Amino acid sequence: MRYLIPVALLAGLLLLFAAGLKNDPREIPSPLIGKSVPAFALNKLGGGERLTEADLRGRPLLVNFFASWCAGCQVEHPLLMRLAQQGVEIIGMDYKDAPADAAQWLQRHGNPYRLVIADEAGRAGLDFGVYGVPETFVLDAQGFIVHKHVGPVTETAWLEDIAPKLGFKTP
Amino acid sequence: MTSWRLPCTLLLAWALSVAALAQDQNAELNPQQAQRYHSLIQELRCLVCQNQSIADSNAPLANDLRDQVRAQILAGRSDAEIKTYVTDRYGDFVLYRPPVKATTLLLWGGPVFLLLIAAMVAVLHLRRARHAPSAARADPAALKKLLDEQP
Repeated sequence: MRYLIPVALLAGLLLLFAAGLKNDPREIPSPLIGKSVPAFALNKLGGGERLTEADLRGRPLLVNFFASWCAGCQVEHPLLMRLAQQGVEIIGMDYKDAPADAAQWLQRHGNPYRLVIADEAGRAGLDFGVYGVPETFVLDAQGFIVHKHVGPVTETAWLEDIAPKLGFKTP
Repeated sequence: MTSWRLPCTLLLAWALSVAALAQDQNAELNPQQAQRYHSLIQELRCLVCQNQSIADSNAPLANDLRDQVRAQILAGRSDAEIKTYVTDRYGDFVLYRPPVKATTLLLWGGPVFLLLIAAMVAVLHLRRARHAPSAARADPAALKKLLDEQP
């Protein structure tokens, strides 16, 4: 009986640890969830057209920060190609990358993006709270950020987290 | 003028103008600003190498953030405004000193709370030990009798 309290405390602590083991300690929750898409004014990759955050409003879409030098981006790329074929609108943000390298990378691997925006200096990345690539943001039709996925998009992450937030009916 | 004086003069004039231009684009921080800069960059966490401050880290993001801090100090922003700028984008985790909010009360108060509990347990334990019957209070004669009976 005298061991009841210590054992109960231990059990509680173990449950807490078990729950914590599922979390990635390096992943930082975004303070931008629920906020409107950050303002930016950048050029389209390869073209002279100037794009702003207004171009990202009006329909639910994914904003995917990627770079030609990023290994994780290659990992998620086939999935992004598949999603694009299924009709998911993905806007590419080419982060801290030389436009020529990005164009070559897309040529070689395929282009899943409706539009690619060149964030050469990484200023948009800073405003989006990007701390690594790839990172994918889910925007609703009004242009509010409703979800952020850090790291390569996996099949599970798509089905369980991203697609529902996007309001995309998975076949 | 001899043949070398004009080129030299022109060269000097050009060098001075470049220096003046560089000064505008990359203005130096005055001592007070420099102190603020160094203090701030040590308080901000590098999110790539998460155990380093942006002062210590070589990651490109740390570089970008240092540039931002510098630019904002030069633009006249206060320390609080600069910290808000960074936490608006990256959250409270980017500050090495977490703010005291409802969500961080457990973080700040936890160690103190645990110390109090440990102190209470220690006090209770000592008090119980003090009031327990000690061997000296036992009957010495009966004790001797028992010991003498030992085979």
